Amino acid sequence: MTEPVTAAAATTARETRLAAAWKSDILYSFRRDPVAVVSMIALLICLGAAFFAPWVAPHNPFDLKTLNLQDALTPPAWEQGGRPGFLLGTDDQGRDVLSAIMFGARISLLVGLASVAFAMILGVTLGLVAGYVGGRLDAVIMRIADVQLSFPAILIALLIDGVARALLPRDAQTGVALAVLILAIGLANWVQYARTVRGSTMVEKTKEYVQAARVIGITPLAIMRRHLLPNVLGPVLVLATLNIATAIITEATLSFLGVGVPPTQPSLGTLIRVGNDFLFSGEWWITIFPGAALVIMVLAINLVGDWLRDALNPRLR
Amino acid sequence: MKNLARTTILLIAGLMLAAGAQAATLRFADQGDAISMDPHSLNETLQLNITGNIYEPLVGRGKKLELVPLLATSWKQTAPTVWRFNLRKGVKFHDGSPFTADDVIFSYERAKSDGSDVKTYVGPIKEIRKLDDVTIDIVTTEPFPILPDTINSWYIMSSAWSEKNNATTPVDVRKGKENAATMKADGTGPFMLKTREPGVKTVLVNNPNYWEKVEGNVTEAVFTPIKNDATRVAALITGEIDMMEPVPLQDIEKLKANADLVILQGPELRTIFLGMDQSRDELLFSSVKGRNPFKDKRVRQAFYQAIDIDAIRTRIMRGASTPTNLMVAPGIRGFSSDLNKRYPYDPAAAKKLMVEAGYPDGFEVGMNCPNDRYVNDSLICQAIAAMLAKIDVKVNLMAETKVTYFPKILSRNTSFYLLGWTPSSYDSHNALFALVMSPGANGQGQFNLGSYSNKRIDALGPQIASELDEGKRNAMVAEAFRLHSDDIGHLPLHQQALAWAMRRNVTLVQLADNNNWLKWVVVK
Repeated sequence: MTEPVTAAAATTARETRLAAAWKSDILYSFRRDPVAVVSMIALLICLGAAFFAPWVAPHNPFDLKTLNLQDALTPPAWEQGGRPGFLLGTDDQGRDVLSAIMFGARISLLVGLASVAFAMILGVTLGLVAGYVGGRLDAVIMRIADVQLSFPAILIALLIDGVARALLPRDAQTGVALAVLILAIGLANWVQYARTVRGSTMVEKTKEYVQAARVIGITPLAIMRRHLLPNVLGPVLVLATLNIATAIITEATLSFLGVGVPPTQPSLGTLIRVGNDFLFSGEWWITIFPGAALVIMVLAINLVGDWLRDALNPRLR
Repeated sequence: MKNLARTTILLIAGLMLAAGAQAATLRFADQGDAISMDPHSLNETLQLNITGNIYEPLVGRGKKLELVPLLATSWKQTAPTVWRFNLRKGVKFHDGSPFTADDVIFSYERAKSDGSDVKTYVGPIKEIRKLDDVTIDIVTTEPFPILPDTINSWYIMSSAWSEKNNATTPVDVRKGKENAATMKADGTGPFMLKTREPGVKTVLVNNPNYWEKVEGNVTEAVFTPIKNDATRVAALITGEIDMMEPVPLQDIEKLKANADLVILQGPELRTIFLGMDQSRDELLFSSVKGRNPFKDKRVRQAFYQAIDIDAIRTRIMRGASTPTNLMVAPGIRGFSSDLNKRYPYDPAAAKKLMVEAGYPDGFEVGMNCPNDRYVNDSLICQAIAAMLAKIDVKVNLMAETKVTYFPKILSRNTSFYLLGWTPSSYDSHNALFALVMSPGANGQGQFNLGSYSNKRIDALGPQIASELDEGKRNAMVAEAFRLHSDDIGHLPLHQQALAWAMRRNVTLVQLADNNNWLKWVVVK
C-alpha cells in the first residue's frame, strides 16, 4: 500500500522541483527573452546534429566506399538538377554537403570546447596563483599575460601551430594535428581567464572567510581550491561560453588558411576553404552552406552567452 | 588651326601608343614556382619554360613545334653516329663573355654529371668534339637519326660563369641542395634574370644585346606563383596580373563571358598516369609485409579497372581531358589509336582480381600526389582514393606542393604516385626511354620511378632510336607500347587540356607542350 504513495510523493516532489526551477529567476528571464529562446533552440539543433551526426546524417562523408564521383557537384535539392538524396547538394568529390557540415561541426565544436577547457584550466590556475600569492610571481605571470595580449590570438595560435609542425616528423603530423590545434588555440586564449580570475581572487582573498580559513591553518592550496575557486568561477563561465564561439572562429580561420585540422577530418573551416575554389564558377552551395552553418552556430553561442551574462549579473536584475 | 590641333593630338596619341608598345611589362602567374633557376637541376616543364627564356638550347622549337636554329645555325649528319653543328657567331652571354664551342662541351659534361635531372637528353651522346670555336661534332653511341629533335630542353650554360660561381655541376634538387646557379643565371637568351625570390616573385628583363630582334615587346616579365585557384582567377580579373595558367576548369565558362579576358584552350601533349613500385620486395608504404602486391599483374589490373576514368573526365576535368591507354598523346610521333583502348571500368571484375591475387580484404598503400603541378592533380588523387576504396584498398594520400613532392618521388621514395609527362622531342622514343625502359645508365628509365621492367622493351629501345625507316620504327614503337599495356606497367589516365587566360591586350603563342615563350608575347 505504501509504494504508490511514495511514488506519488516522489512524482509530486519532482514536479514541485521542476515547477520551482521553471519559476526560478534564471529560467524566468530565459522565458521572457525570445532571442535567448530562439538562439538556444538553434544551438541545441547544432549540438544535436553534430553529436548525433554518425546516426542522423544522410551519408557518411568519411566512408570513401560510399562516395561516387558521378554524384559530384549536384546542386541543392530545390535547384534544377538537384536530387532529394542530397538536400544541400554535393561537393567536387560527390560528398553530401549536409552530412559534411554535420561531421564538420563535430570537429569544430570538439576543437572549440576542448581548447576553451584547456585555456580555462590553464588561465584559472595561473590567475588564482597570481592573485593569491601576489608579489614577484604575480608580476611575472601578469607581464607574460600582458605581452601575449598585445598580439592577436590568431597570430599566436598560428605561431604555436607552425612551430609544432616544424618540430614533429611529417608522418606523425596528421595523427596529432587535432591535439596540436587544440593546444595552440588554448594557449592563445588563457590570458583572459587569468586576468579575470586574478582580479576576483584579489578581492575575495581579503574577505573574512578566507582570513578565517587561513587562521585555522588550511594550506594555501586548499584555500584556493575549496574557498576561492567556487567564488571566482561565475564570471569565468560566462567568459568561457563567449570564448567557445571565438575558439570555433579561430579554428575555422586556421583551417581556412590550410594549417588547421588535416583534410581527412574536415571541419567547417576546411569545408569553406575547399568550396571557396568554386565560388567563381557558380557552385555556391559548396562554400555558402558550411559558412552559414558556422555563422548560425557562432551567433547562437554568442547570444546564449550574452543572455547568460545578463542573467547572472545581479546589477542588471 | 583646328586641323592642326587634331593632328597634334593624334600624333601625341600615336607616340604614346608607340612608346607603350616599346616598353611593356608582363605579369604572369602559374599555380606553382620553378624550383630552381638551374636549367639542369629539374626536368619539369615550368622550370624549363622559365629558365628557357634565359638560357637557350642549340636547336629550339618554333610556333608550330618545328625545329628552329637557336645557338646552332645549321646541322647535318656526317656519319651514322656523327652530327655536325655550326654554332651561331657573335653570341654573348648576359655577362658579356662570348659563346663558343667550349660552352657546349661544358654544358654537355654538366648535364650528364651527378645531380643533373636532364641526363635523358644527353644520354645517347658519347662525346662532343670541338673542330673550331664555332663548329662541333656530336658523336652518339648508336646511330641516332632524331638527335636534333631531342635536345631542345638541354640548355647551354657559360663555362666561365659557372666556374667563377662554383656551379660547374648541377645540384641534386632531390636532396634539397643549392648552389649559385639556383638563384642566379647567365644565359644567352632573350631575357635576363633580374631578381629571384623563391615562391614569391621572379623578375626577368629583356636582353638588349640579344642576337636576334624579338617579335614581342616585353621588356620586363614578372612571374608570381599563385597556388590558390580562386586567388589566381581573382588576380587576373582585377588586373593584378596579365596572364595565368592553368585556368581552374570550373571557371572557364565564367571567364569566357568576361569581355576583358581571352581564354586560350588547346589539347596538351602531356599524359597523366599513375606509377607503382614494382621492384622492391616489400613496399615502403603499405600494410602488406614480406611481399609486394604491385608485382602481381592482377593487382595492377584491378587498380586499373577500378578507376572510373569517365567520371574523372566529366566531374573533375569538366570534359577537358582525353582518357588514354597509352603513355603518349595523339600528336606525338608513334602514337597509335589502335592501341589506345582502355581496359573497361569494372569494379566487380577488379574486386575479383584482388580476391584471386590473394587480397580479398584489400590492403593499405601510401600514395604521393602533387597539388600544384597538373590540372586538378590532388582532386584526381582524392577521387582515385575513393574509387580504390570500393575494392577495399585503403589509400593513404599524401598530396603536397611539388617543392616537397618531386624530391620524394624522384628519389624513388614512393610506392604509388601520380606523374605527368610530355615527350620533349614529340617522339614516343622519349617516353619509352624515360618512363618505360628499366632504369639504367645515361638516363635510361630515369623517370620510371616504379622500376617497371620488360626485357623485350629494353631491347627495342635502342633499335627504335637508331631505326631510319619510319614504318619499321612505328612497328617497334607499337610493339613496345603493346607490351607495356599488356603488362599494365603504369596506369595511364588522360591527356589534360591546356587552358590559359590573359587580358585582352596580351597576345601570345600557346604551344601544345605548355611552353609560353616570352619573346613572342606582345602587350599593347
